[in-house]
Amino acid sequence: MNDDLRNLSLSGHVGFDSLPDQLVNKSTSQGFCFNILCVGETGIGKSTLMDTLFNTKFESEPATHNEPGVRLKARSYELQESNVRLKLTIVDTVGFGDQINKDDSYKPIVEYIDAQFEAYLQEELKIKRSLFNYHDTRIHACLYFIAPTGHSLKSLDLVTMKKLDSKVNIIPIIAKADTIAKNELHKFKSKIMSELVSNGVQIYQFPTDEETVAEINATMSVHLPFAVVGSTEEVKIGNKMAKARQYPWGVVQVENENHCDFVKLREMLIRVNMEDLREQTHTRHYELYRRCKLEEMGFKDTDPDSKPFSLQETYEAKRNEFLGELQKKEDEMRQMFVMRVKEKEAELKEAEKDLHEKFDHLKRTHQEEKKKVEDKKKELEEELNNFQKKKAAAQLLQSQAQQAGSQQTKKDKDKKKNPASRNMPVF
Amino acid sequence: PKKGQSGLGKSTLVNTLFKSQVSRKSSGWNREEKIPKTVEIKAIGHVIEEGGVKMKLTVIDTPGFGDQINNENCWEPIEKYINEQYEKFLKEEVNIARKKRIPDTRVHCCLYFISPTGHSLRPLDLEFMKHLSKVVNIIPVIAKADTMTLEEKTEFKQRVRKELEVNGIEFYPQKEFDEDLEDKTENDKIRQESMPFAVVGSDKEYQVNGKRVLGRKTPWGIIEVENLNHCEFALLRDFVIRTHLQDLKEVTHNIHYETYRAKRLNDNGGLPPMTVETEENHESNL
Repeated sequence: MNDDLRNLSLSGHVGFDSLPDQLVNKSTSQGFCFNILCVGETGIGKSTLMDTLFNTKFESEPATHNEPGVRLKARSYELQESNVRLKLTIVDTVGFGDQINKDDSYKPIVEYIDAQFEAYLQEELKIKRSLFNYHDTRIHACLYFIAPTGHSLKSLDLVTMKKLDSKVNIIPIIAKADTIAKNELHKFKSKIMSELVSNGVQIYQFPTDEETVAEINATMSVHLPFAVVGSTEEVKIGNKMAKARQYPWGVVQVENENHCDFVKLREMLIRVNMEDLREQTHTRHYELYRRCKLEEMGFKDTDPDSKPFSLQETYEAKRNEFLGELQKKEDEMRQMFVMRVKEKEAELKEAEKDLHEKFDHLKRTHQEEKKKVEDKKKELEEELNNFQKKKAAAQLLQSQAQQAGSQQTKKDKDKKKNPASRNMPVF
Repeated sequence: PKKGQSGLGKSTLVNTLFKSQVSRKSSGWNREEKIPKTVEIKAIGHVIEEGGVKMKLTVIDTPGFGDQINNENCWEPIEKYINEQYEKFLKEEVNIARKKRIPDTRVHCCLYFISPTGHSLRPLDLEFMKHLSKVVNIIPVIAKADTMTLEEKTEFKQRVRKELEVNGIEFYPQKEFDEDLEDKTENDKIRQESMPFAVVGSDKEYQVNGKRVLGRKTPWGIIEVENLNHCEFALLRDFVIRTHLQDLKEVTHNIHYETYRAKRLNDNGGLPPMTVETEENHESNL
């Protein structure tokens, strides 16, 4: 960085004093984008205030009190004033403050804000990126709606704001402020500011370094938190119609600075500091997120020897590390697989051996049985043979005996008939 | 007693009701002190007199109700307190040698303050009233009603009444205890049109049309507390003090207390509870 720049004086009109105009023209043709996050209990007047601030009706259904948790609803709108186009996104916290247990109420909000930062970071890190026409969804301002109890902040308010103050520009406002009398309001505001300070909550500071806005910002800051009243209905005041709320005892005029701080909020939020809010979001909150995220991923700006690392080298190193780990895991798994297969194989072999043994055993047993049966069979056959022989012998004897008997009888007969045929064979 | 989150104007309202400083306004708990982990019960007794009639008024406040981030079961200390008063009475009643007039510390009426900044009742409100309407007379009240225009007020009340009905919450005067047709007609009108009363409280006086009135001064006008066009404080006051005070006590004694007693005796096997110096007994007498 060159510290010795010489101041030169010009001898004629060059024309680069048109740079701001060129810038304005360029920006105007591109259009602007602004994202507001409204955090507050159901029914506290978030939708009405947005309608009042932007002089239009952002159609939306009033939420019920029965949401089981907090969720964020984002809606984008295209607005135009003169030749300036604004892409406005309003993010609402649906169900905030309704649950009996609100321990986790802040989480969806933080997650949403981080998600928008993450999306931007991803785009920024891309090789082929298009940042100039990227639809920036990062939250530029967070309006925190404080309930008009008149006493102090609720624990939920402190916890939530503490979680959000390093991620977004917080602008605390007192909602439905027409319920607080003037003397109570002053005490209430002091109490709130002192509680914020003693709890270390960093709210958005209106910038006082630039002379054009320093004075107005300083005067306005004294009135924080702004006590606002919203209304889209008009009431006749004198001979004009004005945004107001009609009560039996009087009319609260939204744009009357004696009645509430609506005008101050509009000035600060939209007419004076919109650009600063966008800038703070990008240069402070987003940068913090980015730094934390990259450090988490292991990137450093300088290595131990204080030599600057290039993102690419670090990235390559990380990538190799990652691949190395993958490889290691793969090897481990492979080894384990092989081991398991071996084990199973051994088991199966054992089983096979067992089966063979059983088979052999059965076979032997079977053989033995068979032999026994055959022996038995032989025995029986022998017996049978013997029996048959005996039977045959017996029959023979019997028939011989019969023959002898009949021969004798015959012989006797013959003898009687023929005493000479004695030696004739007997049949 | 009066129940409702901090900053809803309970103390101011009670002071306005009884036209005296019966309740010292708290500016919330001191942030340097620890956040009370549970709901506290603070009972302060007063004696007020009007036209020769003396009344012992006890105002029971519940600082811390609904203030924590996690409010699960925050109605339990309150239910416990109410039951303890019934228990005390029961013990005296079953004594053999009884006092001539048993000191009555039972809660006759519970004003439940509904926050006007929502669209209707919140889960905490519903849970609380569901549990407590069974043991005490609950009168729901819309606090800080000067935050709503007439139209908004009517719509809000309608939504609240509907939600109470849908959730089966019987607030005082309960339908089932209407004694006769006259009662029923009168109470029906109150139940279906006037309640919940949308009130504004104030202990400061201002000059309006030559009269001194209780009110709240704003840059756009003075809200007169007792002006029926502005809010229903006068209705609430007449209801609780001038017409239904005795009835509140009777319903407490004849219905809620009897329910408690029957349950106690049943649990005890039909026997009256013995007055043994247990630890619980000891604590409640402190």
